[in-house]
Amino acid sequence: MDRRDFLKITGAGLGGLALPAFYGRAIAAEELLSTIDVATKKKLADVALNAAKSSGATYCDVRIGRYLRQFVVTREDKVQNVVNTESTGIGIRVIAKGSWGFAATSDLSNDAVAKATAQAVAIAKANARLRSEPVQLAPTKGVGEVSWKTPIVRNSMEVPIKDKVDLLLGVNAEAIKAGASYINSTLFLVNEQKYFASTDGSYIDQDVHRIWAPMNVTAVDKTTGKFRSRQGLSAPRGMGFEYLDAKAADRVELPGGAVVYRNSYDMKADAIAAAKQAKEKLTATSVKPGKYDLMLDPSHTWLTIHESVGHPTELDRVLGYEANYAGTSFATIDKLKDKFKYGSDKVTIVADKTQPGSLGAVAYDDEGVKTQKWDLIRDGVLVNYQVIRDQAHILGLKESQGCCYADSWSSVQFQRMANVSLQPGKDKLAPAEMIKGIENGIYIVGEGSFSIDQQRYNAQFGGQLFYEIKNGKVTQPLEDVAYQIRTPEFWNSCVAVCDESDYRLGGSFFDGKGQPGQVSAVSHGSSTARFNGVNVINTARSLG
Amino acid sequence: MTKGGPLAWQSEAFRRMGMFGESGAKEILDKAIGLSKADQCVARLSGAETGNLRYAANTASTSGSVRDAELAVEVAFGKRVGTVTTNRFDEASLAAAVRRAEELAHLAPENPEFVPAIERQTYAPSKTFVAKSATVTPEYRAQVAADCIEPCRKQGLVAAGFFTDTHSFSAIANSKGNFGYQENTTIDFTCTVRTADGRGSGYVARNTADVSTFDAKEAVAIAARKAKESVAAKALEPGKYTVILEPQALMPMMYWLMSGGFDAREADEGRSFLSKKGGGTRLGEKLFDERVTIYTDPWDAQAPVLPWNEEDTPRRRMPLVTRGRIDALHYSRYWAAAKGKAASGGTGNVIMAGGEKSTADLVKSTAKGLLITRTHYVNMVDPQTMQLTGLTRDGTFYVENGEIKYPVRNFRFNESVVIALNNVEDIGRPERTVFFFDLAFPMMLPAIKLRDFTFTSLSDAI
Repeated sequence: MDRRDFLKITGAGLGGLALPAFYGRAIAAEELLSTIDVATKKKLADVALNAAKSSGATYCDVRIGRYLRQFVVTREDKVQNVVNTESTGIGIRVIAKGSWGFAATSDLSNDAVAKATAQAVAIAKANARLRSEPVQLAPTKGVGEVSWKTPIVRNSMEVPIKDKVDLLLGVNAEAIKAGASYINSTLFLVNEQKYFASTDGSYIDQDVHRIWAPMNVTAVDKTTGKFRSRQGLSAPRGMGFEYLDAKAADRVELPGGAVVYRNSYDMKADAIAAAKQAKEKLTATSVKPGKYDLMLDPSHTWLTIHESVGHPTELDRVLGYEANYAGTSFATIDKLKDKFKYGSDKVTIVADKTQPGSLGAVAYDDEGVKTQKWDLIRDGVLVNYQVIRDQAHILGLKESQGCCYADSWSSVQFQRMANVSLQPGKDKLAPAEMIKGIENGIYIVGEGSFSIDQQRYNAQFGGQLFYEIKNGKVTQPLEDVAYQIRTPEFWNSCVAVCDESDYRLGGSFFDGKGQPGQVSAVSHGSSTARFNGVNVINTARSLG
Repeated sequence: MTKGGPLAWQSEAFRRMGMFGESGAKEILDKAIGLSKADQCVARLSGAETGNLRYAANTASTSGSVRDAELAVEVAFGKRVGTVTTNRFDEASLAAAVRRAEELAHLAPENPEFVPAIERQTYAPSKTFVAKSATVTPEYRAQVAADCIEPCRKQGLVAAGFFTDTHSFSAIANSKGNFGYQENTTIDFTCTVRTADGRGSGYVARNTADVSTFDAKEAVAIAARKAKESVAAKALEPGKYTVILEPQALMPMMYWLMSGGFDAREADEGRSFLSKKGGGTRLGEKLFDERVTIYTDPWDAQAPVLPWNEEDTPRRRMPLVTRGRIDALHYSRYWAAAKGKAASGGTGNVIMAGGEKSTADLVKSTAKGLLITRTHYVNMVDPQTMQLTGLTRDGTFYVENGEIKYPVRNFRFNESVVIALNNVEDIGRPERTVFFFDLAFPMMLPAIKLRDFTFTSLSDAI
């Protein structure tokens, strides 16, 4: 979601039309609790599957989706917007004459579904002349009628709006009390009710939940004209409202005093810390540019993993299918064959669509493939990519890895990033121990500005909190820090990763890809990691 | 909503569904408003038909068409507001929507920043609609792809691109008698051409309301030429260079500069590059080189936009920067009332004044510099100074003694757009551009020559 879209959502008094189109129509909160009966969905799916087969399709899959979203948007002592949206419909994808066809409709009558199916088949047949070879779909065994639900404790949609408003306004009040000039806080709640059926014999009903509670706290010094913000250190998660339970066991205090969170989030405590730290940033020492050893907290590293490993290992990017948008990939297939040294032997990075509590977790992907976990980089060596059913043959794989996703019933499913995570180190190592070995370093917490080139070589990342490390200790907060990397050199400079007890998830709620653009939500886990000799620049300028 | 896949087609009858015309739209809005018993009612009806075709690796990949229309009804009792949207327009559905909005308003907390519905306005129409652009067919889109793919294939090049056409309408009305209706067409095209060996890459983008001005063959030839000419790029040291930014290269930076919309509230609150030391704003201050003049104008001939904004405030021509001086800030209706100012229609588009010089003219007058044809992944580093980072992409060239000498490897830059616009050497002819994720925000931007532009590292990406 870009800034202008966000401004549209947060604009007070704006109607539902101000929402980006894919959010669907605005509804009342109580409608967020209803579901479509599974038997009804199966019946509808069969209409499409039968219509497809009888009109010559060799394969058909059907996705009946009900996408529910709720946003609660506040600033200081004001509720700017409460929005509930729903989008329901059916998308039908077929292979006919060896070619893909897709059509979708919001009309869930048998007639409309049959008509959309006929349209998809006709489109596939019309497209056949454009293909040099037929679609090769990796086999997937039908699983019959199954269901899966994100293992949530409390459905966010069941929590009364008043409680959500009270929570956010309470958070805002604490931040202001702690010295913030301004605070924006928001709840984004998502429930995807997805039904998948295919001619392989699968009928898969999934109920997917996600939550995100971002905030941005700003401190202004009117005398100097300086302003600084500190974003919340929460992670978007594949969880229910229990993520906001703020369990004491999930609080992690880092060397230097910053507090981050594991599997539940104390929004109030973080708001208070954010207010203090935003003010601290106004007078923090501006970094001296040069080479530093970086100690990166998982609340920061997730974005570096996302950009420099997640995207370049998407096979469609490698093959040039995203060339006109975000670009291609340096991690070409010849590098896979040549056992390319992507990182040091401390670096093992996995793709995982099964990870509990992650944004990408489902039991089956959007083409009915059982999800799994697989290595992308093992002990530093590139060993695999992320592929879906019609790409598996390109790598000589017998099956898809199960990372196909569409952001709506009306969007065609395509390859989307699995949760891609740095594996913890095998030896016992905590951040408090790691820091002791660093003579001249910077400790970075939280994600900041980010930018990476179209083949994912050259990247630059900022952060939320920066601490100078001298001789094994945090000495002072720093500001104006950004580091620049060349992807393989960066991952090869990784000399240590903390153990499993430090492993935490971060992630993106709105990762964009494709034309027309689709969003997806994806998590990235890591333990605190150390990278030696990274180029740090000073980003401060003066407008006079 | 209906969406088609590769090479979807639509009948004319199907295309017309959801496009009500002015009288049809007014009838729906009037009905909805008439059904409301609230203190006030604002209704907004909009709809669009969009078609697209995507191709990559010299073959069509996906295409689709989407048709959608939606009515938003916003009612208020005192300062309590309720909003509901619907895509059903029969009387019973309208009544149900209005009733539901009223129920929600009763449940809503008071909005302390509530602003009453706008009084009756006169919106002077802008030419956002070109009839021919509303008749684009799937065959036309397929031909666009063919016109890109065929010449590329013949030259051993690889094309990837996206073409999308939109015909939309917006209608607004409220219980105070305000009404506005306008249709809009947009054609957007982008194409990346790469050499088969991946050593060269070129790009072209076209955005227009009028499809008859679009020529895919002409456009793709530019991308193909840049792809071929960017092969075997040499590495130069990062550092400060004089740069000639083509409009596509300047565009993401200007998008960021405009992303806050010159908002008076943010500036007053002290959290904008337009805020002043000691409090207050930089209104009236000379912040850019005197050759920099930026304004917004809904009636601009080449980048027209709707004559009202999201608050139904009429958009007008508004100077933002005149000869380097901050000339106006945008006041929302709430902030205008709070500050005793007039509300403005904000920045629906942005126009940077330029001259008649072509990019080639700017190259000709350059002793030493770099020609940057496109920038990529430009992101905010520091909103205080509008410091941005990003990379060059798809054709970067070394210029000496007025001539392009050779292609150079891509760079990462870290530069404040405010500082950059103080280092102006020359300005070319503006052309229409858009940022890919905000097609409804056209920007007329020139090629521009800037000195001391800061590159901080090299990129291996092609």
